Amino acid sequence: MEWEVVIGLEVHVQLATQSKLFSGASTQFGAAPNTQACAIDLAMPGTLPVPNEEAFRFAVMFGLAMNAEIGRRSVFERKNYFYPDLPKGYQTTQLAEPIVGPGEIEIHLEDGSSKKVRLHHAHLEEDAGKSLHEDFHGMSGIDLNRAGTPLIEIVSEPDLRSAAEAVAYLKKLHSIVTYLGISDGDMSQGSMRCDANVSVRLKGEQELGTRTEIKNVNSFRFVERAIKVEAERQIDLLEDGGTVIQETRLYDSDKNETRSMRSKEVANDYRYFPCPDLLPVELSADYIEKLRGELPELPDAKSARFASDYGLSAYDADQLTQERATADYFETVAKSSAEPKLAANWVMGELAALLNREELSIGQSPVTAGQLAGLIARIKDNTISSKIAKQVFEAMANGEGDADTVIEQRGLKQVSDTGAIEKMIDEVIANSAKQVENYRNADEAKRPKMMGYFVGQVMKASKGQANPQMINEILKAKLDALL
Amino acid sequence: MHQLTIAEIIRGLREREFSSVEITRQLLTRIEQLDGDLNSFISVTAESALRQAESADQRLAAGDAPALCGVPIAHKDIFCTRGTRTSCGSKMLDNFVPPYDAHVVEQLQAAGIVSLGKTNMDEFAMGSSNETSYYGPVRNPWNPGHVPGGSSGGSAAAVAAQLVPGATATDTGGSIRQPAALTGTTGLKPTYGRVSRWGMIAFASSLDQGGPIARTAEDVAYLLSAMAGHDPRDSTSLNRPVPDFTATLGDDIRGLRIGVPKEYFSEGLNPDAAARVQDALKEYERLGAELVEISLPHTHLAVPAYYVIAPAEASANLSRFDGVRYGYRCENPADLRDLYMRSRGEGFGEEVKRRILVGAYALSAGYYDAYYNKAQQVRRLIKQDFVQAFGQVDVIMGPTAPNPAFRLNEKTDDPVAMYLEDIYTISANLAGLPAMSLPCGQVNGLPVGLQVIGNYLDEARMLNVAHQYQQATDWHRASAPFAQTAGEQ
Repeated sequence: MEWEVVIGLEVHVQLATQSKLFSGASTQFGAAPNTQACAIDLAMPGTLPVPNEEAFRFAVMFGLAMNAEIGRRSVFERKNYFYPDLPKGYQTTQLAEPIVGPGEIEIHLEDGSSKKVRLHHAHLEEDAGKSLHEDFHGMSGIDLNRAGTPLIEIVSEPDLRSAAEAVAYLKKLHSIVTYLGISDGDMSQGSMRCDANVSVRLKGEQELGTRTEIKNVNSFRFVERAIKVEAERQIDLLEDGGTVIQETRLYDSDKNETRSMRSKEVANDYRYFPCPDLLPVELSADYIEKLRGELPELPDAKSARFASDYGLSAYDADQLTQERATADYFETVAKSSAEPKLAANWVMGELAALLNREELSIGQSPVTAGQLAGLIARIKDNTISSKIAKQVFEAMANGEGDADTVIEQRGLKQVSDTGAIEKMIDEVIANSAKQVENYRNADEAKRPKMMGYFVGQVMKASKGQANPQMINEILKAKLDALL
Repeated sequence: MHQLTIAEIIRGLREREFSSVEITRQLLTRIEQLDGDLNSFISVTAESALRQAESADQRLAAGDAPALCGVPIAHKDIFCTRGTRTSCGSKMLDNFVPPYDAHVVEQLQAAGIVSLGKTNMDEFAMGSSNETSYYGPVRNPWNPGHVPGGSSGGSAAAVAAQLVPGATATDTGGSIRQPAALTGTTGLKPTYGRVSRWGMIAFASSLDQGGPIARTAEDVAYLLSAMAGHDPRDSTSLNRPVPDFTATLGDDIRGLRIGVPKEYFSEGLNPDAAARVQDALKEYERLGAELVEISLPHTHLAVPAYYVIAPAEASANLSRFDGVRYGYRCENPADLRDLYMRSRGEGFGEEVKRRILVGAYALSAGYYDAYYNKAQQVRRLIKQDFVQAFGQVDVIMGPTAPNPAFRLNEKTDDPVAMYLEDIYTISANLAGLPAMSLPCGQVNGLPVGLQVIGNYLDEARMLNVAHQYQQATDWHRASAPFAQTAGEQ
């Protein structure tokens, strides 16, 4: 039997507003517990919510980037349930009239193909606080700093057909929200959280299978693994004649398995109703059009432009544009060095490796775009070879200054002095009688390959600093003269 | 001095006939001596009142006194007062001291008033008799065996007993107008959004509105001029200019078209009370107004719609009282569920629990359309009735309550009978219209209230209409027996 996996994602994105959705308290991450919760966030009696204009602006920008309909009128509702980290006893969210309606985006897959994924809707809502269950000896601590932080919940249609597609979609969302600057997208800090609805059906079947919801998976890798194991679990269950129960499950990354959460929640009735403290928000067409005009260049458009302006392959252009900071970095290097291909190779090669090794984001890169451009300029003007350039790059990463300083201080300047190179070549030939003999006796066709030995020796003698092109030319002339 | 109206106190203070400290001290003494029987105050803030009075006297002497400088009043205990316990009449908030002032409190403070304390009320403003208060019932100064109405029973009784010349109050379904009617005082519920709800503890957010109770329309005009105004902290606050409501009190009302809804004089209305209201309407005719019979055909649906919408909103508004962050918490909770169940079970009274249950039920899956949505449709129809009526008339008049003050415990076992007390007042809340009550006669020694419902933002006209009646009649000057006997002390 051939199975098809059907996935829909609900993604919560924390908006990078200065203050909370309904209060003036700061949204800064990492402050001491309960220092960023004002009377409104604490749901003190008599306090009232006032909507944050910036959150609306961000949500509309997101909707426009998703090619979605914008809710000209949106309504906040109360979702009622008791939990200690939910101070009002209800979450203010949107249901019947969300700010962002249906839309569609394209995702790019590793095999080079692409696919359209439909957006069901996205709505604005407030985040809850955090319950802390450690360090309190039989009690729980509550931190309300996060309570009231604005989120958009992005709900896709069940259009995704594999864990890889789900991750590609999630990465696309990540890329869009960070391009727009409406979220830092930092999954480790919970700025982006994902719930996955997973079901399976026999290939060709029209009807959807019973789905389970995997809650709160907080990294791209875990999303991929969680969906894979959950789909396998469902397929095994069905193949053994069992049935899938509609329920909420948790992904345990240590055991790489999903587990049923006690399904008391299924019986929950949230008793939604429009929040009477907040009037419906009406957005004018002018407001929306103004924001449309202010949208930055988005990843797809940037990728296409990089490919055509800089002569990059579609794959490279896509890689470079996934993160706005990377794209900006690349573009600075490409423009100031006027060597876009070299720039692309360095950004995706040495720089990516360095950042990966040091676990840094591109914003934290110890080598600035200007420094990298300076390095590329020295490769281009033959001051150093590509090989030496890697050394210089490492030195720059260690804070030894820009390329020229490193080259100067370490004496790495490429030797292009004919006399010096000839002298080194003469010494190598004098010390390599056997290899010279072999060279002379070899077939004409084999000789170029045999040159490698001599080049290597000269390089070694010059500590890698001799101009490789000159070595080749002079060496060939000298060896051929011995024939 | 306790008989003085706010207008008279303002004059007396400016002309140095007495000081704010003198009148404040006298009223505090009166409260101390008399309120034990009346129970109209939950908290008396004598010390801070005297400090405020002293500073008011200094400002009066310096000549930079704001409008109400030195005038003593009281706040309903639903308005948050920084540093002073704000209980909302509930055990749940018996220990709650807010770190902020309600907008109404700030506004009146800026106008220079002196606050004597916090008045008693039905628990979370849920009641029409002031019998649901955790702090015990308030007695009616006209007859201590009777209720003063509710939920602003403490404010109304304190004004009627001449413990204060005026007080703040709130009205969700009649909580200003019905107690005003039952105590012979004048009270006004403004247009929804006129007075900010910031710091006013919520019962039903789409219906709640703060307003004043005093002894005359003129005094109400003074207080409302200070209380009203836009407040960006309340998203439903109206950004409209607030006139000086006392400025238009001399306007001529000849030619005024008064709508008299036939549905307000049907069965259920006490015939003697109906006669007093008819007398008042005749007085208006004498003053040159024209009576126009109108129909508000959906009136009979107001009480049922209200008792879906108000409890639905309340069920969510009161969820924050969970024993976690402030307010009452049960002893030794075994776990989270126990903490919630016992804190709320022990902290809330019967009527509050009844309304939370009704509201949660009305919002439940499977019932939402039949109850909540239907009630919202009815609400729109009721509003439509008024919009049509105000096409023909300037104000609408009728009774405020179906009966004069009833006896303590008379209706406590019959919630529906209690709910019908608000049959004539609820529509104005559902429609968001301004409405007031003023005394227009008595039945067996108990006051009867005339209700005036105005068009949106038409408070100035309503106050003048009430003022013209009070210029021509004396009902508002009749003082309660309790105030008279006690006044001899």
